[in-house]
Amino acid sequence: MRVSTYLKTAAASLLLLGTSAFAQETQPPADPAAEQGGLEVDVVGGISAPMPIAIPHMPTPAFANTAAGNTEMLGRQIAEIVTADLRNSGLFRPMDTSALPRVSYPQVTAPDFGFWGGSGAQALVQGFVQANGNGTLTVGCYLYDVLAQTELARQGFVVQPAQWRRAAHKCADAVYARLTGEGPYFDSRIVYVSETGPKNRRTKRLAIMDQDGANHRFLTNGQNVVLTPRFAPNQQTIVYMSYVNDQPRVYVYELGSGQQRLLVNQPYMTFAPRFSPDGRWVLFSMSVNGNTDLYRVSASGGAPQRLTNAPGIDTGGSYSPDGQQIVFESDRGGSQQLYVMNADGSGQRRISFGGGQYATPVWSPRGDNIAFTRIGGGGFRIGVISPAGGGEKILTEAWQDEGPTWAPNGRVIMFFRTAQGSGKADLWSVDLTGVNERRIPTPLDGSDPAWSPLLP
Amino acid sequence: MNRQSLKIAALAAALALTAGCGKKTPETLPPEPPQQGQTDGGLGTDPGAGNVGGAVIPGSRADFLRSVPSDRVFFSTDSYSLDAEDRATLDAQVAWLQRNPGVLVTIEGHADERGTREYNLALGDRRANAAKNYLQSRGIAASRLNVVSWGKERPVALGSDEGAWAQNRRAVTVVPQ
Repeated sequence: MRVSTYLKTAAASLLLLGTSAFAQETQPPADPAAEQGGLEVDVVGGISAPMPIAIPHMPTPAFANTAAGNTEMLGRQIAEIVTADLRNSGLFRPMDTSALPRVSYPQVTAPDFGFWGGSGAQALVQGFVQANGNGTLTVGCYLYDVLAQTELARQGFVVQPAQWRRAAHKCADAVYARLTGEGPYFDSRIVYVSETGPKNRRTKRLAIMDQDGANHRFLTNGQNVVLTPRFAPNQQTIVYMSYVNDQPRVYVYELGSGQQRLLVNQPYMTFAPRFSPDGRWVLFSMSVNGNTDLYRVSASGGAPQRLTNAPGIDTGGSYSPDGQQIVFESDRGGSQQLYVMNADGSGQRRISFGGGQYATPVWSPRGDNIAFTRIGGGGFRIGVISPAGGGEKILTEAWQDEGPTWAPNGRVIMFFRTAQGSGKADLWSVDLTGVNERRIPTPLDGSDPAWSPLLP
Repeated sequence: MNRQSLKIAALAAALALTAGCGKKTPETLPPEPPQQGQTDGGLGTDPGAGNVGGAVIPGSRADFLRSVPSDRVFFSTDSYSLDAEDRATLDAQVAWLQRNPGVLVTIEGHADERGTREYNLALGDRRANAAKNYLQSRGIAASRLNVVSWGKERPVALGSDEGAWAQNRRAVTVVPQ
């Protein structure tokens, strides 16, 4: 996918774009003055007043059947995906798409501001879907400030029909990023553990889906218990733990080929794997005669290097986005607490000092926060703390919330919530305000989510 | 036709299909790494196992379960220390293991549900090793004692209360069938 610099004539843009790549570049605003405009959404302050926004169905310049359905139907579906993404962020209040007037193709670049100004919407997203001669689709996406009657952003995406949903997510990302000033996150995926069966013998399968639950598929067949998958920065490789032959070990899974390989060949349990931000290393934990420490190993395998050697349990390591530091949990002080160290294991220091226990630290991709599970007071809660140790904030309240993972923009956290008694778990997300909490739909129960980086 | 022969028949059919095809049919799911025999996670400790025609085979799981007061020891919350009762349980297991020197066992460490997943894996490993170290200190060769942690993945008591959790914080000595 490429960004079109000139979308009024989609056919012309095709000459510039080529067809196969699926890569995005940010485009400078069409009107630099609009960058200074007053239309903004406050991400951090809360969602007391989500922005009203209109996203009418996207017209097509010419009705055509494609491998993903006809262009009229796609225009409706794409508008609905953009609507759902923006609504789910908690920051927008999209109007009912089916109740909006029909937008003609020429109106896409010349909105009827007279109408929209009286609609209650502050922002307007319009677009079009066009089938190209070579089998690809072009999706155009335009954002307008309704009151100022100005264009705020425009992007175009050329996609294979099978990837049409990604064009919708890219459009929603463009709107979200322009209006919030935050990074995009809708065009991303989740790998997690799909669960079913009785509490004492849960069947656990790796599964992958788009951030919004679409394109769900299972990666493993449930023969072995699998736990704690994590994406590599390239999004094509997943590292996880599996009980193959009843021996809990870290494995690497290649999404392209479906091949799986043992990462570290040692006669001990290896677990809690995470990639380094450059993808060259895998940080993991290994239990040797009951003592668990952090190690790292080349992503291609080889001899592990030991990073901690305290008596006790050191686990749950996570790299800072620059790869220079690692946050982990340790019970060396008597109970699970968070520690930060340099990537070579030097300079270990404790950063959490509250009551109860702190576990499963995950460094935000923005670098400004560390998400964790806090245990105490009869509950397991998700919270964030600064890497220096201050500014702790608890975001959720439940019997057992556990295992946070960050959206690519570092503003939303996904985790899993286990029910008291039944032990059934499902996936939830919460934003940094702690207000916008929502369940992520999955075909079966779900745990151990890991959010991918933004797709290219 | 019993279950075993059904399996064989299915396997034979699968082989025949494979042999008949020039190309391998793509599977919905990729194959997992190769699999050897699986233990039962310490849950299916079926007393009838190893019991053929009413006679218990010496050295079998059934023999072990009949001979020792318990196949498992229990732990306090977030603890892996053994108390006097645990040591007595393990001493009885030592006696049986000494009578059956050819038997290799797996010690499974487990945790209750009220811990985070990865920490509980480490805690289960601690508990399994606590039992292993004790058996070893009483003269059982380490080479006969395999350990595996299941963390909180395989509870035996299903409630969310202290009574259930106390049963789940355990190390189980599993003798092969």
